[in-house]
Amino acid sequence: MSPGLDIELVVRRGSFELDATVQVGQGEVLAVLGRNGSGKSTLLAAIAGQLRPDTGRIVLGGRVLTDTARRVLLPPHRRRIGLLAQEPLLFPHLSVLDNVAFGPRVSGSRRQQARAAALRHLTDVDAVEFAQRRPAQLSGGQAQRIALARALASDPELLLLDEPLSAVDVELAPALRSLLQSVLQDRLAVVVTHQVIDALMLADRVVVLDGGRVVEQGPTREVLTRPRSAFAARLAGLNLVSGTATEDGLRADDGRELTGMTESTVPGARAVAVFPPAAVAVYTDPPKGSPRNVISGRAAALEPNGTLVRVRGEAGLAADITPVAAVELGLHTGAAVWFVVKAAEVAIYPTHVFPEQSDWTTGGRPDRPATGALPAANADG
Amino acid sequence: MTQTRDPHTVNSQIPVGLWVPAVAALGLILLPVIGLIVRAPWPRFVELVTSESARAALELSLRTAAISTLLCVVLGGPLAVVLARGSLPGLRLLRSVVLLPLVLPPVVGGLALLYLLGISGFAGYALDVAFGVRLPFTTTAVVLAQTFVAMPFLVVALEGALRTAGQRYEAVAASLGAPPWTVFRRITVPLVLPGLGSGMVLSFARCLGEFGATIAFAGSLQGVTRTLPLEVYLQREVDVDGAIALSLVLVIVAILVIAVARPRSVEGVG
Repeated sequence: MSPGLDIELVVRRGSFELDATVQVGQGEVLAVLGRNGSGKSTLLAAIAGQLRPDTGRIVLGGRVLTDTARRVLLPPHRRRIGLLAQEPLLFPHLSVLDNVAFGPRVSGSRRQQARAAALRHLTDVDAVEFAQRRPAQLSGGQAQRIALARALASDPELLLLDEPLSAVDVELAPALRSLLQSVLQDRLAVVVTHQVIDALMLADRVVVLDGGRVVEQGPTREVLTRPRSAFAARLAGLNLVSGTATEDGLRADDGRELTGMTESTVPGARAVAVFPPAAVAVYTDPPKGSPRNVISGRAAALEPNGTLVRVRGEAGLAADITPVAAVELGLHTGAAVWFVVKAAEVAIYPTHVFPEQSDWTTGGRPDRPATGALPAANADG
Repeated sequence: MTQTRDPHTVNSQIPVGLWVPAVAALGLILLPVIGLIVRAPWPRFVELVTSESARAALELSLRTAAISTLLCVVLGGPLAVVLARGSLPGLRLLRSVVLLPLVLPPVVGGLALLYLLGISGFAGYALDVAFGVRLPFTTTAVVLAQTFVAMPFLVVALEGALRTAGQRYEAVAASLGAPPWTVFRRITVPLVLPGLGSGMVLSFARCLGEFGATIAFAGSLQGVTRTLPLEVYLQREVDVDGAIALSLVLVIVAILVIAVARPRSVEGVG
């Protein structure tokens, strides 16, 4: 049995079904990505012991936490799994010091020992000066630091972080993210996040959930630079077109042909074409000559994207152009546009694992759920 | 929670038509009390409220109300936790059952207690045969009657506080290694303390004013079951001045209860 975390479970709730097999190696941090309703919270609740899966097994460091076949369901307080949620949830009736000392106290330390341990952990998160304060006297960022210290003080074997930075002020998030990065070094952790930077900075590996299924998993860099799922591509800010591989490119599911740099694709097999929005040129007239990858349509939306303007095509593809270019082209929503991308910029590779991958999709705004019906809460990261 | 009002803020307008009934409602509450104060036999007040029967009634009232409130906490507290946190089938039905003493006329409640715990009641008969214990017309009966009518106040206030507090702090405490009983003691109880306090105040006040169930189940024996409301009712027949003076004592105690404990649920903040 591996010293990490092994999860294999099925949870049914009405018409929703989460069916996931996930492994996290010793000392590894796993990021769980997915839009709202993809099953991330259900997965976390099952690991924490707040939810009994319909079938499945969860093993942490060789200890069986959940095993439906053997009717094992270890209660949360015996799992040694620390939680850090969006909100710090510091106990309002205890001082900061006693909040952090809570874990050591309930596991049998004497008051003085527990407080000494709490002070050490507060020092580690650079919050020792708040020790005597009440939670109500803290800012959101400070409180989240202390919540982290509190989780660590109980000496958990596994840390579950549920969008830990999404409720923290934008200015304070980077410092907290760096803190998390150093804390999670050599620690077993699962981080649910909507933000690609969290995944890149914190996680060794990434799992992408969609509709209760694992649609992609692998090393973070691999998944985010060479996405195979629509969601991972959106998160990584890349255009992704899925279809069937041809001799020198890809036939998209809607029949369009794309030419690109094929990498070990087999003609006739499922593949994706991936290219960055910045590699897409935009024309308002049919381009002259015979560039190979031309996608026509209407500009569905124009959005600021850093110092550039993001032009969204009807098919869900995106192009990044300069504001000056946008003005010179006289672009407006609904204008006819031709997207042109050089074959050399298009990477085409197999989607071996997940053949059911869908439609044209685009990068940017990974924090938004793609369909309107999903709850908007927390979606802004 | 006190709201500071900015004089520049324009509040939403209250329709003029609402002012008249609002003032009438306030008058209906306040004027009778004022009438009582005006009509009070002030020169003889101290003498009247320190008479032997009055002191016995006041002492009995305070003693039984305190014990009943404690019973409400010891029994009703856990019931509120079960209602707020449990996932049993039929919990909704149970929740309505708890409200029964609130809507039942107290006299009916007293009769129900009598036919359960009286000599002819099945539980009362069993108690008598097994232990030789007869409850009706004892101070214990007073306490039972008060606990019966006051229980819903505590349960409802506490259940609301538990729901407001939610379970997220409890989940965090469990993740830190705290077993359920520790979570209950160190997290749940402190979080709902204000709700518990207001529930206790309301229960205590209800116990103090209890009349119907007490007279039906416990009767009216001086020093044993004749609480202050019963004494007031009795005095009214023989000495109106004495009844008014004792009524004022109840008014003062009620005002004290509200002023000291300021039940949050009553202020609409809890």
